[in-house]
Amino acid sequence: MKRFLIPLGIFIVLVGFLAIGLKLDPREVPSPLIGKPAPDFRLSLLSDPAKPLSPADLRGQVWLFNVWASWCVSCREEHPVLLDLSKRGIVPIYGMDYKDQPGDAQAVLDRFGNPYVETVVDLDGRTGIDYGVYGVPETYVIDKNGIIRYKHTGPLTPAVLDNKILPLVKELQR
Amino acid sequence: MIPELGNFALMLALLLALVQSILPLAGAARNNPAWMSVARPAARAQFLFVAIAFACLAYSFLTNDFSVLNVAQHSFSKLPPVYRFTATWGSHEGSLLLWTFILALWTLAVTVFSRHLPDDMVARVIGVMGLVSCGLLLFMLLTSNPFIRLLPAALDGSDLNPLLQDPGMVVHPPILYMGYVGFSVAFAFALAALISGKLDASWARWSRPWTTAAWSFLTLGIMMGSWWAYYELGWGGWWFWDPTENASLMPWLVGTALIHSLAVTEKRGTFKAWTVFLAIGAFSLSLLGTFLVRSGVLSSVHSFATDPARGLFILAFLAVVIGGSLLLFAFRASQVGLGGRFGLVSRESFLMTNNILLLTVTGAVLLGTLYPLFLDALGLGKISVGPPYFNSVFVPLVTPLLLLIGVGPMARWKQASVPDLAARLKWGFGASVAVALLLPFTLDAWKPTVSMGILLALWIVVSITINVQGRLRRSTRWSANFYGMNLAHFGVAVAVLGVTMVSAYETERNVRMNVGDTVTLKGYTFLFKGAQDLDGPNYKAARGTLEVSRNGKPFTTLYPEKRTYLASGMPFTESAIDYGFTRDLYTAMGERLDGGAWSVRLFHKPFVVWIWIGAVLMALGGAMSITDRRYRASRGKKGASA
Repeated sequence: MKRFLIPLGIFIVLVGFLAIGLKLDPREVPSPLIGKPAPDFRLSLLSDPAKPLSPADLRGQVWLFNVWASWCVSCREEHPVLLDLSKRGIVPIYGMDYKDQPGDAQAVLDRFGNPYVETVVDLDGRTGIDYGVYGVPETYVIDKNGIIRYKHTGPLTPAVLDNKILPLVKELQR
Repeated sequence: MIPELGNFALMLALLLALVQSILPLAGAARNNPAWMSVARPAARAQFLFVAIAFACLAYSFLTNDFSVLNVAQHSFSKLPPVYRFTATWGSHEGSLLLWTFILALWTLAVTVFSRHLPDDMVARVIGVMGLVSCGLLLFMLLTSNPFIRLLPAALDGSDLNPLLQDPGMVVHPPILYMGYVGFSVAFAFALAALISGKLDASWARWSRPWTTAAWSFLTLGIMMGSWWAYYELGWGGWWFWDPTENASLMPWLVGTALIHSLAVTEKRGTFKAWTVFLAIGAFSLSLLGTFLVRSGVLSSVHSFATDPARGLFILAFLAVVIGGSLLLFAFRASQVGLGGRFGLVSRESFLMTNNILLLTVTGAVLLGTLYPLFLDALGLGKISVGPPYFNSVFVPLVTPLLLLIGVGPMARWKQASVPDLAARLKWGFGASVAVALLLPFTLDAWKPTVSMGILLALWIVVSITINVQGRLRRSTRWSANFYGMNLAHFGVAVAVLGVTMVSAYETERNVRMNVGDTVTLKGYTFLFKGAQDLDGPNYKAARGTLEVSRNGKPFTTLYPEKRTYLASGMPFTESAIDYGFTRDLYTAMGERLDGGAWSVRLFHKPFVVWIWIGAVLMALGGAMSITDRRYRASRGKKGASA
C-alpha cells in the first residue's frame, strides 16, 4: 500500500511547482545589461538620415529607449500606450527602428501618430545585437548617466508603466 | 445565429456528459442495470452535440464571420478556404474544441466496439470518459469559449499564424490529438479495473487494441509534427526538444511501455498494478502536456496567448483527474494484485527492463522540460535546458533499449535459457558488429557514433529475420500481432539509421550569394539566379531561384521563398527541398542583403527521410497488430455466450 502512494506524492510536489510556475513569466529574462552603460551607437535619424544620434547626446536626462519595427504586430498593440505616455510629457521616448525599411516605419508613424522625440534607424540590426534584443518590442529605461536601469520585453501595458517604469523614472529623475 | 447555436450545443453536451458519467458510474456501483444502460445513448448524444458545436465553429470560419472574436483573431478574408477550415483549430479555443470532439469520437467508438464487454465495465469506462469530457467542456465554457462575439464586428481578421498556413496543419493536429486523447480509453479501462477490483487477462485483451490504436496515431502525429518543423521552420532540424515536442514525446514513451506491459499482463497475468499505473501515466502526461503548452508556464514556439485564469483552471483539472486517479491507485492497486513469478532471464524480465528504461527516459525528459520552472520557482534564476542535456541523457538510455529489441521477442516466457538464446543470436550479432565497424569506412569518415547506430539498426533487423525465420519453420499461420510487432521494430531500426546518418554526416552552409554565385556541397553545385518578387493570395514573397547541378549536368531547380504576410506583417521562410531516398537537399532564404544578394542556407542531409519512414512503419506495425484474430475471436465468443 505504501509504495503505491509514491506516485501520488511525486505528483503533489509537481502540482505545487506548477502552481508557483503559473505566477512566473518565463519571458521575463533579466538583461545582463542592467546596471551597465547603454551600448554606444551612432545611427541616423528616421526623420533626417543626414543627422546622427548617439546615447551621449542624451546625457543628463532620464529617457526611454523603445525598440520597434513596422513589421512587428505587438508594437501596434503598445503604440497607443506610448502615444498616451508621450502626451503626458513625463519622460522622453526615443525609438529605434529595428531591421526595417525606413519608408515603412515613417508610414506607420504618419498613420498612427508619433510618440517618439526621435527615432534612429538600425537597418542591419547590429545595434540590436549590442542591446541583446531578442524580441521586438523591447523598452529600456536609461538614467542621467547613460546607465541602463530596466528592460521590458514585449509590449508595454499601462500596468507595467504605472507599476514599474514610471515609479523608477520618477526616482531616477530626482 | 450559428455561433449561438454552437454555444448552446456545447452547454447541452456538458449536461449530457454529466449524465453520461454520473448515472452509469452510480449504476455500476449499485448494480442497477437501468442506470448503467444510459452510458451508450448518453455518450452518443454527447458526441452529436459536440460535433454540432464543432461544425458551427468551422462554419463561422469558412464564412468569414468576423463578428466572432475567435474568427477575427485567427482568420483573414484572403486566407485560402482550406486554411480557413484548419484555422478552426488554429487557436487555443478551437484546439480545445477539437480535443473535446476527438474525446467524444473515441467514446463513440467505445460504445460501438464494446458489445463483448461486461455491462458494468462498459458503464465504468464510458462514465470515466464522460468525467474527463465534463472537465474539458466546463473549461471551454468558463474560460475559453470559442463562440464569443465581437461587437462591433471586425472589418477583417488579423490572419492565421503563417506557420499554421500549411498542408501539414490540415492533418497534424487531428492525428496527434487522436493519439493523445486515445490514451483516455486505456485510462478509463484502468480506472474501471481499479474501481471494480477486477483485472484479468480478458481485461488486458480488451485494453490492448485501444492502446495500440492510440499509440499508432500518436506515433504518426509526432512524425508529422517533426516533418512539419523540418520543412516549415526553415532551420533544417527535425527535433528541437521544444517543450511542446517533449509534451508529445512523454506520453509516447509511457504509451510504448504500456503496450509492452499489457502484453505481459495478457499472456502471463503479471505486471497488473504496473500496467494500470502506466495507463494512468500515459493519459496524465497527455493532460500535463496540454497544461504546459496552454498555460504559458513554459515558453515555446507553440504557445498560444496565455491567460492566468486558464492556467489555474487546467491545473485544478489536472489535480483532480491525475491526483484522483493516483489516489484511487494507491488504495486499490494492492487488490488488483501483482501476478505470477518469473525467472531472472525470461521475456518478462526483458520487458520489465524495457519498461524501466522507457520510464527513466520519460523521467529525464520531464525533468529537463520542467527544470527551468523548478529553478525559477525556487528563486534560483532563469535558465533554459537545451538539446545538449536531452541528447546526453537520451542516447545512453535508449541504446540498451534498442539492444533489447533484438533479444526480448525471442526469449521464452517465465524462464528463458541463455545458451539457447546465445546459440540463436551469436552469428547475427557477430555479423552486425563486423558490418557496423567496417561500413562507415566507405562513408565520409569513420565515427564511433555511426558504428554504434549502424550496429543497433542491423542488430534489430538481423534478430527480426532470425525470429521470423524460426516462426515460419514452426508454423506458417498468419499472426497479425507477431508480424505487426516485427514491422514496428523494423521501423525503429529504419529510424535509428536515419537519425545516425543525418546527425553524423549532414553538411550545412550559411552563405552570402550574389546573383550568379555558386556553392558546391557534397557534389551538388547550387547556382543562385537571383530573387523575384511575387504576390501570393495573402502574402508577398521574394522567391529565390537556385539551379542545382551534379557533375556539370543540370539536376533540379529549387525555389525557396521569403514571405511577408499582409495582415500580420510577419516575415516567414518557406524552404525548398529536393527529397531523396538517401539524401535531402534543403534550401532556405535568409535575409535580403544589398545589391540583389541574399544570405542563403543550404543543407545536404543524408538519409533524413528514413526517420519519418521508420515512424510510419512503427505506426503501420501497430495498426497491423490491432487486426489480430485474438481480439475479434474474443468478441465472437463473448457475443455468443451473452
